[in-house]
Amino acid sequence: MSELIRIRSLTKHFDMGRGQRVHAIDNISFDIAEREIVGLVGESGSGKSTLGKTLLGLHDKTAGEVYYRDELLPQHYHSSDYRRHARRMQMIFQDPYSSLNPRMTVGEIIAEGPRLHGMMTAAQAREAAGEWLRRVGLHPDHMSRYPHEFSGGQRQRIGIARALILEPEFVVCDEPISALDVSVQAQVVNLLSELQASLGLTLLFIAHDLSMVRYVSDRMAVMYLGSLVEIGPVDEVYFEPRHPYTQVLIASNPEPDPESERQRVSTSIRGEISSPVNVPEGCRFAARCPRAMEECRRVTPVLKPVDESGRLVACHLY
Amino acid sequence: MTSPLLEVSNLHVEFDTYGGTVKAVRGVDFHVDAGKTLAIVGESGCGKSVTVQAMMGLIPMPPGRITQGSARLRGQEILGRSTVDGREVRGAQIGMIFQDPMSSLNPTMSIGDQIAEPLLVHRGYSAAQARARAVELLEMVRIPEAARRAKQYPFEFSGGMLQRAMIAMAISCKPTLLIADEPTTALDVTIQAQILDLLRDLQNETGMALILITHDLGVVARMADEVAVMYAGRIVESGSVEDVFYRSSHPYTVGLKAAMPSNDPQQQHELRPIEGSPPDLFSPPVGCAYAARCPHSMGICQQRPAQLFPVGDAHYARCWLQHPESPHRPAELSLGGHHE
Repeated sequence: MSELIRIRSLTKHFDMGRGQRVHAIDNISFDIAEREIVGLVGESGSGKSTLGKTLLGLHDKTAGEVYYRDELLPQHYHSSDYRRHARRMQMIFQDPYSSLNPRMTVGEIIAEGPRLHGMMTAAQAREAAGEWLRRVGLHPDHMSRYPHEFSGGQRQRIGIARALILEPEFVVCDEPISALDVSVQAQVVNLLSELQASLGLTLLFIAHDLSMVRYVSDRMAVMYLGSLVEIGPVDEVYFEPRHPYTQVLIASNPEPDPESERQRVSTSIRGEISSPVNVPEGCRFAARCPRAMEECRRVTPVLKPVDESGRLVACHLY
Repeated sequence: MTSPLLEVSNLHVEFDTYGGTVKAVRGVDFHVDAGKTLAIVGESGCGKSVTVQAMMGLIPMPPGRITQGSARLRGQEILGRSTVDGREVRGAQIGMIFQDPMSSLNPTMSIGDQIAEPLLVHRGYSAAQARARAVELLEMVRIPEAARRAKQYPFEFSGGMLQRAMIAMAISCKPTLLIADEPTTALDVTIQAQILDLLRDLQNETGMALILITHDLGVVARMADEVAVMYAGRIVESGSVEDVFYRSSHPYTVGLKAAMPSNDPQQQHELRPIEGSPPDLFSPPVGCAYAARCPHSMGICQQRPAQLFPVGDAHYARCWLQHPESPHRPAELSLGGHHE
């Protein structure tokens, strides 16, 4: 399997003025193979969405590189860069309410991409939009309707059609199901998996629902406060988490099974994710970690292999 | 036989909108025993929040309207906004916390003052007593440096801290019943675990009953003694948490479970979404509201609404399949398609 995306020491800081810097993502390196689905989990504020957006050039990179099939992507995107790269790398957004323009018809929304990229004439784009509506389980007649006429799940389908009509290779799905009800989540997840398989897509699937990420992904990546703490095959990470933070995160995930929940010892840890402003040296999790050592507060751990499965963990315990 | 702490019967709530009248709650019955936890589960728009808001007098009238029903706390009627008694009972004996702590607290009042307010109103504390008690309450919900924190404003608290502050406010009058409407939906899983642990500890310390409104079956499994599953304004299945999870008797409950990934490494079932969407509550279907999405739907389901049929000891399902004389009455409800 060849690598589609290579991320090397990617860093994104936001300058807040007065010497304050938000370390949204710090020194992240990993690869995403062709046709692979990587699930990215972490708490709000851990930098998951920033990572996704930085990969696509929606944020400038502070440092580090992203390679797309050996081609170095620009540090700052100019409009010509978007024209070149956006067709191959697309995004599906979390909120199906605010991510669709309420003044455009669904047909216009879906056909806009191919039209702007000069892939099709307006008539062809309209026809393709109708075809895509059918592929995502809606009706081509819905083209002339407006987003407000659709339910959350249907809007998410429209968002999927808008992203995939460009025939991208890599799609960042930023919490695509978080705003949806359980029964509708399954509809959207199944649709995404079908399309991923039939189109050979590579996905970065950002979510906070650990069970769903386990269901969808090949590998799971865990972020905490801007750094990648663990990444590996999804079942290894889910059932045998190694990083203390991953252990806490997975143990906090309630399962729909009263018996196993009753036996569960309380796993909650004290404290909350700290501020990403001017982060000190050392492990980001050290302040809350039940197994923190002196070294953890001084030296920032780097990702290293801990077993034969290809799993990498950034922790001084290993 | 002891009577339940709270008994709600035949509750109907409607809202007038430009599009017509929405029948949001269409005859809900349930009860909560002292010290126990009832989880009301369902998807958006099923009427779970409206049910408890009606009990708490939080339905804006107009456009809302409670057309029928009663809710009795220890035998005393609390429904109806105009009854002064109702307000006394609700404010002093029932506490409530909401999904979004940021917008449920007053941004211009310090946290301590907000916690002290119900004590001034309902318990006749002096200002100084109430302030001191507010600090104690913040300690009870495990907020560090409570005295300093009490003087701060909501914007200075994180989401998890705000939810703790709201819990402190809700338990300030030592309620016998706490209603938590999606208390952890806006929070991350590790913070959710902290809040759920806190709620359970407080329940053990004070003996209060809890009504937990949620859409998350994982949270239900962790917290509930009893479960009521709501769909389109009605309770479709109710019973102990074991009955509802392990002996699910309504096709909707079965469908919800199948739509969620299982965490068992041995068995990874395909996700089976429930196709279609809930019915329009402007004109609810004549028969069973779930019939249009139900894989077991029969002729009678389209024509007549089902009652709650007993399927076990204190376990009920609103489904014609469970009618005592139903020829299709299943030993165990499968996901599968039509019955022959």
